Amino acid sequence: MNQEEYDFLSRLVMRTSGLHLGPNKQYLLESRLIPLAQSFDLEGIPELVARLRRSDALLETAVTEAMTTNETSFFRDITPFDELRDTILPTLIADRGTSKSLRIWCSASSTGQEPFSIAILLHEHFPEIVQNWRVEILATDIAEKMVSRCRSGEYSQLEVQRGLPIRLMVKHFEQCDGGWRVKDDLRKLVSFRRQNLLESFRHLGRFDVVFCRNVLIYFDAETKGRILGQICGCLHQDGFLVLGAAETVIGLSESFDRFRDCKSAVYRPKADSACTVSR
Amino acid sequence: MKKVMLVDDSRTVRLIGRQIVEGAGVAVAEAENGEDALEVFHREGDVDGVLLDWNMPVMDGLSCLKALRRVADASRLRIVMCTTENDFEHISQALEAGADEYVMKPFTEEIIREKLLSLATA
Ligand SMILES: C[S@@+](CC[C@H](N)C(=O)[O-])C[C@H]1O[C@@H](n2cnc3c(N)ncnc32)[C@H](O)[C@@H]1O
Ligand SMILES: [Mg+2]
Repeated sequence: MNQEEYDFLSRLVMRTSGLHLGPNKQYLLESRLIPLAQSFDLEGIPELVARLRRSDALLETAVTEAMTTNETSFFRDITPFDELRDTILPTLIADRGTSKSLRIWCSASSTGQEPFSIAILLHEHFPEIVQNWRVEILATDIAEKMVSRCRSGEYSQLEVQRGLPIRLMVKHFEQCDGGWRVKDDLRKLVSFRRQNLLESFRHLGRFDVVFCRNVLIYFDAETKGRILGQICGCLHQDGFLVLGAAETVIGLSESFDRFRDCKSAVYRPKADSACTVSR
Repeated sequence: MKKVMLVDDSRTVRLIGRQIVEGAGVAVAEAENGEDALEVFHREGDVDGVLLDWNMPVMDGLSCLKALRRVADASRLRIVMCTTENDFEHISQALEAGADEYVMKPFTEEIIREKLLSLATA
């Protein structure tokens, strides 16, 4: 592809998803977009770009989705889940005795392993909370394809073997065509919808815990800062933000304090933080 | 983990298993059926992990699993079933009989590292 096509496509994905490609990622664009072009009966990148220039919303969405990286696994990096069980949830449960409500948001849930890992953890370690409290896990992703994968709750044999101990698999999944499906009592805890982190998410309401893992890494500093500010605005003052192992708020947002009781990237809104999105 | 015993009647599976296990710096012993495995286990004396096929001639994996669990000094042994028998009933039966983990064939290196060697992959 020529430089002009490259610039056009990288500006497009930057605008639609925040993905910051930087220079010399031709191979990445080509490996994802040539098959996509062909599935739209277009010969190659030049034809794809020409069609996008004439503005084609469907194609634009398809390009955006094709450029996302959806790598995930059950209980990925494990430590944040241990700390959710041992520190974060006990703290919240102690504080929420009156409202008896718990809302957790997985803001880049990909194929759903992260929200379902949280649901399994709740079922295994906090059964009385699951029984008696209003518990909601909201799973969102920019890609409709991911949201419907989440909603199906179906995983291939390979996927259920990544991060998920066999005892938890036989307990919480049932066999289905082509793999294993999350059982209904687990699925009941999770709701699914499309949400682009670049857009306002005020309508989602307030959360006690926000998982925003392994997605900020794709954005530039300005975008990261803006999203972190908005997340602060949708967290309860005593809520928790969980980032991915390679992510931090340092240098990006002044709204959070590191939560020192945890080893993984866990943050809480600053005591008197005026978050960028006021409510 | 110090030494893993690979129990499978397929030479190919044992070969692939050996590459993965040795690649992680762990020693390997091999056996081609359940009976053979019991003998190798006692002879080697320092096996602390087993990757165990189900369908094998002479003695199958489930019988071998039960026999290994009956040996007192094998209580700290990590036993991972590794088989194409991938349905709920088989898995439950193996867990009941004392399997620690279960690998559904075909496996990948990542799965063996995670379930047998308990090494998170980078
Ligand atoms: C690597 S996955 C992370 C999955 C999971 N959180 C984890 O840590 O395993 C990144 C996900 O972020 C989603 N994503 C990318 N840009 C996004 C955006 N602007 N808004 C919401 N989700 C986005 C992608 O579709 C992809 O599923
Ligand atoms: Mg066999």
